[in-house]
Formats: sequence, structure tokens, C-alpha cells
Amino acid sequence: MKGDEAACVLFDAGHRACGGCAAAMAARFILEAAGKDTIIVSSTGCMEVFSTPYPETAWNVPWIHSLFENNSAVASGIVASLKKQGRKEKVIALGGDGATFDIGILCISGAFERGHDFTYICYDNEAYMNTGIQRSGATPYDASTTTSPAGKCSYGNPRPKKDLPAILAAHGAPYVATASIAYPPDLKKKVEKAVNTPGPCYIQIHAPCCTGWGFESEKTITIGKLAIETGLWVNYEMEEGKVTRVKKVVRKPVEAYLTEQKRFRHLFKPKRNDAEIAKIQAIADRNAEKFGIDIKLKA
Amino acid sequence: MLEIMEGSHAVAKSVGLCRPGVIAAYPITPQTHIVEALADMVADCSIDAEYITVESEFSALSACLGASAAGSRVYSATTSQGLALMFEVCFNCAGMRFPVVMSIVNRAMGAPLSIWNDQQDSISLRDSGWLQLYAEDNQEAADLHYIAYRVAEDHRVLLPAFVCFDGFILSHTYEPVDMLTRKQAESYLPPFKPYHRLDAADPISFGLFAAPDYYMEFRYAIDQAMKQARSIIPEAGTEFSEMFGRDYSGLTEAYRIDDADCAIVAMGSICGTVKDAIDEMRNAGKKVGLLKLRAFRPFPEKEVQKALAGVSTVAVLDKNISLGSKGAVALEIRDALYGSQITVLDYIIALGGRDVRKKDIATVVASAEAGVGDLFYGLREEVLK
Ligand SMILES: Cc1ncc(C[n+]2csc(CCOP(=O)(O)OP(=O)(O)O)c2C)c(N)n1
Ligand SMILES: [Mg+2]
Repeated sequence: MKGDEAACVLFDAGHRACGGCAAAMAARFILEAAGKDTIIVSSTGCMEVFSTPYPETAWNVPWIHSLFENNSAVASGIVASLKKQGRKEKVIALGGDGATFDIGILCISGAFERGHDFTYICYDNEAYMNTGIQRSGATPYDASTTTSPAGKCSYGNPRPKKDLPAILAAHGAPYVATASIAYPPDLKKKVEKAVNTPGPCYIQIHAPCCTGWGFESEKTITIGKLAIETGLWVNYEMEEGKVTRVKKVVRKPVEAYLTEQKRFRHLFKPKRNDAEIAKIQAIADRNAEKFGIDIKLKA
Repeated sequence: MLEIMEGSHAVAKSVGLCRPGVIAAYPITPQTHIVEALADMVADCSIDAEYITVESEFSALSACLGASAAGSRVYSATTSQGLALMFEVCFNCAGMRFPVVMSIVNRAMGAPLSIWNDQQDSISLRDSGWLQLYAEDNQEAADLHYIAYRVAEDHRVLLPAFVCFDGFILSHTYEPVDMLTRKQAESYLPPFKPYHRLDAADPISFGLFAAPDYYMEFRYAIDQAMKQARSIIPEAGTEFSEMFGRDYSGLTEAYRIDDADCAIVAMGSICGTVKDAIDEMRNAGKKVGLLKLRAFRPFPEKEVQKALAGVSTVAVLDKNISLGSKGAVALEIRDALYGSQITVLDYIIALGGRDVRKKDIATVVASAEAGVGDLFYGLREEVLK
């Protein structure tokens, strides 16, 4: 396909991502949508490390990495400089969930409050993968990570995922959306919309990580779809703070998603933990209710 | 034309004349008057800059880094706690070779909290790869900004630069200052020419990670650039002197040192007091002189060796302390004079804004002559009890 060729040119082959890496797919989709007149500001994390081992780079658009937590502040400066120079490139700050939900949130909040014209995209693989699968504020309830391990008195991560899209919408962001690498056309449409909307926009992309979550690398898309189909991830758009579009599904029980991943294995082995599974089901039910994602089938 | 101006305003006005495209700063005492004055200039369109009112110093310098990468001349100002918050970004600016210029309005580091002057803040960034220039008075503080931009942006250097001047003692003090005209500023400091920039027409990647087979060479290159700056700073300073008549041709400046037995070495506003004290001591027949360091990074090793060759004793005034060791300036001077017969004694002085008078300088010189040094000068014994 012509589009895919163009994307490969902008985010090139030969990088060091794991086979089946959703973040690498996200980079391709993002640039396919945003085009060549885009400046990317990456945070420290898997994406940065696997794409730019000196003296090589996978990026055929202008790209900069400074630190783990400052990509939106660096982006603020770039946007200001472009404005001063009368230049028209789009600016995308690209960060992992750790950079976005946790250590970088001050810079993101500042940049959104100031209203710079840029798009922040979080590829959300739900943990600090680059440093070896530690929990982040985006790690889902009960997921076992190396800092929230399941154990005799632990069911894994004790907290639910932070609602970052709502936090950024509350900053007055004109456009906020969630997307998944399992649905590339939808993802690309959202990126295109975000980069063409004036002001700070936010997109959070579900990016299943075979290494960190414990599934076979050919299953990345399947896992991404299951997250949506169980209601544990909802794809939606918010315009001016209001939810305007939601992907509806015929929902499956959360087990369909959980049993496919080693990070939730402790909920089923050595003994099935009905109480905890029910809590995760309740999270999906609340998502379904909040966003109205259920397609009601006639009996 | 001479104008009576507050130090902060003199600096802000000079910075405006340097024409930064992007300014990003966060208020902190005693730096605030600079960023307020620049905000006024932007609000009145008397300068044409994008002013980013960031939410922290960390973001201030990060935004400067981004704007520099995109091709703008950038400016920030901070001090003490704000500079500490920028620590990580400081190393990054130098590592990526972005010629950011930042005023450091020197202030002590907490705890205990102190808003008053010493030089612990900038000294603590000694190893970050930033050029460090120190001003003695408001005129010098204003002028060093032009020189800092010239040197930092020079493609033979490409390093960020601190222009350091003492909080309150200079920043909040009114002195006559001769401001360059717009035309003079433009003739001395041409528009910014980035070495590389983020540009869709010529996409390159900045800030890659380097494995052990590449990292050391990057560090070596920065060190080489620093050493290169040892000649570029005097070059830029000499040109400034020739154009405007104020002499910044040296990395150091000597005062009545030629026949001195004892030399004081110091940086910043304390040099003014030292000069007056020297005049009095000279009148009393003591052969004392001053070597003022204008550049601390790069360290002017050769100039120091040359200037101090004839003295027998050196008294270093350190407005900082590398806790558990010595003052940072004394360590450098001892290193520069290694193998000579010169005695170098260190005096940790004026920390957290403690006042220094001419008589204190005389006491230091008397102590040095008696071979008593490597001490905190002027401790209040009753407080230590
Ligand atoms: C200030 C700072 N703290 C910690 C680190 C170590 N570190 C590097 S990447 C990373 C995790 C990145 O997580 P995320 O943003 O989710 O990206 P991912 O690696 O999962 O793609 C951490 C903790 C760092 N580089 N800088
Ligand atoms: Mg992550």
C-alpha cells in the first residue's frame, strides 16, 4: 500500500523494538497520519531507546529526545520558536505511560494550561517497560509487575488506572482521544484530527507489550482487540471536554482478556480468585456504563 | 550613555538587546526583577520575543532547550533552588551543545533556606558543561551577556553559558551603567545561526543514546570545546573592548598584583571590596594584589599560573564549600599552582549573605601571611556552642 510505504520512510525499518511491539506500530501509524512536516519530541523509554542507538536513527522526520519527564516542556519551546520564526511544522510530544502519567505530568499540565499548539501522544503499554516492567500510574488493577508483584499477600498492582484523558480534558484541551494499535484507521484519523486542531490535544494509545504483559508476539493485535471487547479499554473522543464518539462493542467477560496474559496469571493459578476477577469485571462494567459502549443484542 | 539602574534592570535591558527569540523563566528571589522587566518589554512590544510563562524552572530550561533546537536564540534566568531543579536539563543542554544563555543571580542553597548571596548554586553545576562567567559589578553583569552569547553560539564552542552575578549585592543595587544602543548591540552580536536545527526540510535526530563505544568521545568533545572557549572568550572580550571601550579581554583580571607578595583570588562582587581594601593596605605599605576570575569554566589555568608566578602566598576567597573538602576555587588554584613554592590558603567566606567589609579582607591577608588558612572565615563562636 502506498500509505504504508510512506510511513516506513518516516519511521524506518531496522530499529531494535521487540517483535510484535505495539509502540513501534504506533510510531508508524502516527507518522503516516501526521506526515513529514512533523517534529517529534520523545521521552526516555523503550521507543526512544529502540529507535535511536547512536549513530543510527529510525526517524526520518526531525526528532529530539531530551529527558524522561520533559517532552512537553521541550515541545513548548519548539512551538514558541516555530511561532517566532513563522514556521508551520506540527509538533508531537510522544511519551510512554510512565513519562506521561507519572514523572512528566507537571510539564504536561503546564504546557496544556498555557495552550501551546501541539499534540501529546502517550503510547500506553501500562508499565515502565524500558527499565524492566515496573508499575506506573497507568498499570491496571491487579496487573503483576516487578514493583507490584503478585505474592502471598499481593494480587498485583493495588490501584486502578489513572484517568489521564479526563485530567487533560479538564485543562480545557480542545481534543482528547483514546485509540488502540489494534484499530489503525481509527488511530490515524484521531492523530490527523489532533494535529489539525489548534491548541494542546491529547491522544492515549493502547499499546500491548508482549514482553511486559506476557503473551506471544504475534498476538499483539488480538490482545488489543480483547481489551476493547471486554470494556477494559474504551476508544473514545472528547471535544471541548465532552465525549463525542465512542466505539461500541458486544462485550465479552474480562477473563477473555486476562487469561491471555501472564501479568494476570496469578488470578487463575494456582487457584482461581473469583473475588479479584469480579473487581476487574466491575471496572469494565463501570467503563461500559460511563461511556455507553454496550451494543445490546436482542434475545 | 550612563544611566543609574538597578542591576536586574541593566541585565534585562542587555538581554533584550541580545534579541532572544524565546524567553522561558520562572520567578525566584533575587532573580524576579529580571524576568518581570523582560515581561514588561514583551508586553510593550519593545522586544520581539516569545515569552513562555512556564510552571517550573525545570520546564523553563527544557523549553529553552527545545526552542534552541528549533533554531531560536534563547534566554532564561534563575538562582539557587531553581537552578538545582534544572540540574538534569543543564547537563542535557551542554550534552546536546545548545548555546543557551542563562543569568544566575547567585544565592545560597537551602537548607537552611536562605535567599541571600553566595555562589554555591552555580558552583554546584561546575561539572555540567556550562561556561561560567562571573561579574564584579552591574556594568560587567550587563556586558557579559553579549559576550556570553557570542562565545556560546560560536560554532567552535557551542556550549551553554551562565552569566553569574551576586544576588541583592548586584541585582538589587543601583549603579551607573552604560547601555549599548540597539545598533551597537546588533553590530556586536549578529543574529543567531544554529549549527543544526529541527527542520522538516532536513530532518535530523537530536539526543540519541550512546552505548559505551561512543559515549566517551562525546564527553571529550565537550571538554575540547570548553578548552577552545579559553581563547574564544578573550577573543570576544577583546572585540567588545575595542568597540565599546570596556576591557573584557581576559579570562582573569589582575589588580595591583605585579609586585605583590600576597595575592587574593576571588570572583564576583566581593572583588570591589577587595580592591578598596588593597588600596588601603597598599597605603599602609603591604604588597597585596587581587586576581579576579571572570571565567570559572573554562578554568583559566595558564592565566592563573602567569598572574600568580611572582607571589609567595595566595588567599582564596570562596563563597562556596565542597562540603568535606575545600572551596571550589581554592581547589582549582592549588591544582594550577601544583609544583610551585606558592602557599595557597582557602577562606570560606560570606556564605548565605554574611557581610564582608574591607577590614575582613585585611584580616584574611594577615592570616594568610601568618600561614593560617583553610578555614571558615568569621564564624560566630557563640552560635556554634
Ligand atoms: C529522571 C529519570 N528517572 C528514571 C529514569 C529511568 N527510566 C528510563 S525509561 C523509564 C521508564 C519508561 O516508562 P514509560 O514512559 O512507560 O515508557 P516505556 O519504556 O514503557 O515505553 C525509567 C523509569 C530516567 N531515565 N530518568
Ligand atoms: Mg510504558
